[in-house]
Amino acid sequence: MIGLQQYLLLATILFAVGIYGVLSKRNAVAVLMSVELMLNSVNLNFVAINRYVVTDQAVGQLFALMVIVVAAAEVAVGLALIISIFRQRKSVNLNDFNLLKW
Amino acid sequence: MPWILLSVEITLALLGLVLLVLGLVMPDRGRRLMQPVAVVALLGILIMGGGLYTTQYNMFNGNYQIDPFGSFFKLLFLAAGILVILSAGRYLERFQERINEFYSFMIIALLGMVVMASAGELITLYIGLELMTVSFYILTAYLLNDKLSAEAGLKYLILGAMSSAILLFGISLVYAVTGTTVIAEMAAQFSMQPVMIAGIILILAGFGFKISLVPFHMWAPDIYQGAPIPVTAFLAVGSKAAAFAAMARVMVIAFPVSTFDWPLLLAVLAAITIVVGNLIALVQTNVKRLLAYSSIAQAGYILVGLAAYNGFGLKGVLFYAMLYVFSNMGAFATATVVEVETGSTDIEAFNGLARRSPMVAAIMTVCMLSLAGIPPLAGFVGKFYLFAGAIQSDLLWLAFVGLVMSMISVYYYLRVAKAMYIGSNDNATAINPGKTAGAALWVCLAGTLLFGLYPAPLSNLAQVAIQLFL
Repeated sequence: MIGLQQYLLLATILFAVGIYGVLSKRNAVAVLMSVELMLNSVNLNFVAINRYVVTDQAVGQLFALMVIVVAAAEVAVGLALIISIFRQRKSVNLNDFNLLKW
Repeated sequence: MPWILLSVEITLALLGLVLLVLGLVMPDRGRRLMQPVAVVALLGILIMGGGLYTTQYNMFNGNYQIDPFGSFFKLLFLAAGILVILSAGRYLERFQERINEFYSFMIIALLGMVVMASAGELITLYIGLELMTVSFYILTAYLLNDKLSAEAGLKYLILGAMSSAILLFGISLVYAVTGTTVIAEMAAQFSMQPVMIAGIILILAGFGFKISLVPFHMWAPDIYQGAPIPVTAFLAVGSKAAAFAAMARVMVIAFPVSTFDWPLLLAVLAAITIVVGNLIALVQTNVKRLLAYSSIAQAGYILVGLAAYNGFGLKGVLFYAMLYVFSNMGAFATATVVEVETGSTDIEAFNGLARRSPMVAAIMTVCMLSLAGIPPLAGFVGKFYLFAGAIQSDLLWLAFVGLVMSMISVYYYLRVAKAMYIGSNDNATAINPGKTAGAALWVCLAGTLLFGLYPAPLSNLAQVAIQLFL
């Protein structure tokens, strides 16, 4: 029987995978994908909670829709930034972006 | 539904769009019109917001709150926006033909902050937060040919997106327990469970990132240094205050202190933030970076008020956030003048500024001393409220940490003053900051002195605003 617990567990695992990707990936596009994974795990959480805990209102599903919209905007800006920095440095490897430290 | 109560938000949205279109339709004439139009319109909105100050109303079933607390922060953001646009003046010439969109991005970021301060519900809060943050991603990377700016933009994007995902995960856990996203209804459904604690801590981490609390502060110095100075200034005063407004509303209203002692958690975070921010600032050689660490420390001071969680402390939060706008903007406006003139913000660039432009150097010194909390300037009064609140709540150790670190902070603020007054510079030509930047500097000086010598009016405004929480 698949219930709330399984969904929350899956979402938490996805979230952890996302954080791992953000912290360990060196390719800027892959990092953006990991962030998307984190946001999608949140969506899964919202929809599952809405389905199993608060069934009389659709607030959780609404929240998930909003998150999807905002994530799309964020990725649009993110890819634009990556393209602009790629034109400048001919690289999307985060290890090369080390001018700012301390 | 009295739509007039939303006039600040609606006119801000219109202004952002009108400026965007104005730049497209009249590329050349529009560019000259842009600054005066933006400043005059924002002043108008500021007056409008002032008129609505004491109004209290639940919009959209409590999803959007019009109340003095939100209005106080609206005035703060508008004042910050006006000062940033005035002080940016000649710096913006670097953006060339993209100068038009700059204003609309600024206004839209401002709209996001306003929505955050008034949001009575977490979806609305999230939309406001992202409206502000996404605009800031673009603004941070606005100097397209500058390597530091592009790098700062990318870093801010990655870390900002990650922090909002963490905030959202926290919100989803809290939603699981309370079954609602309306902040005012959460307290009734509050129950102490492990999942709730996890949710609160993730939410704190999400807000802590925006406020740049230690240990979520690592992004701040890089982004503050890389971004164009007007954007840095707006990020330091506006974005931070907006996150404080949202955090105060969520923490105080949704999570009852009687069941979960979050003020203690905040007190520890505040102490670490004050210590780390001030100590690292001591060794900085770039003024933008120094101001970044100083702003981390200032965030710690403001958090002391929230951790104290009483009348004095909460009043201190609002009072300090407002005076911080004027003092910090004064410092950033001076740094803008120096960067336009010398092309650098290293401390050496400030050498001999007192001879090249005595007025600018004096204002910078006054603002920095206010940030350090020297009486009779505004910073002293603000810190007095904050630490008095902490002592009232038996957080004597926190007030002690704050006091000691304030004294230490005088050292790095005076290092800049020393460069300006004692440092020697071969180039002794006079610096003229320009009319608009000059006006911004005078306003900052006036605000810093006025709130220090005669704090009663602002203190009363803050008192009205916190009635909601007491």
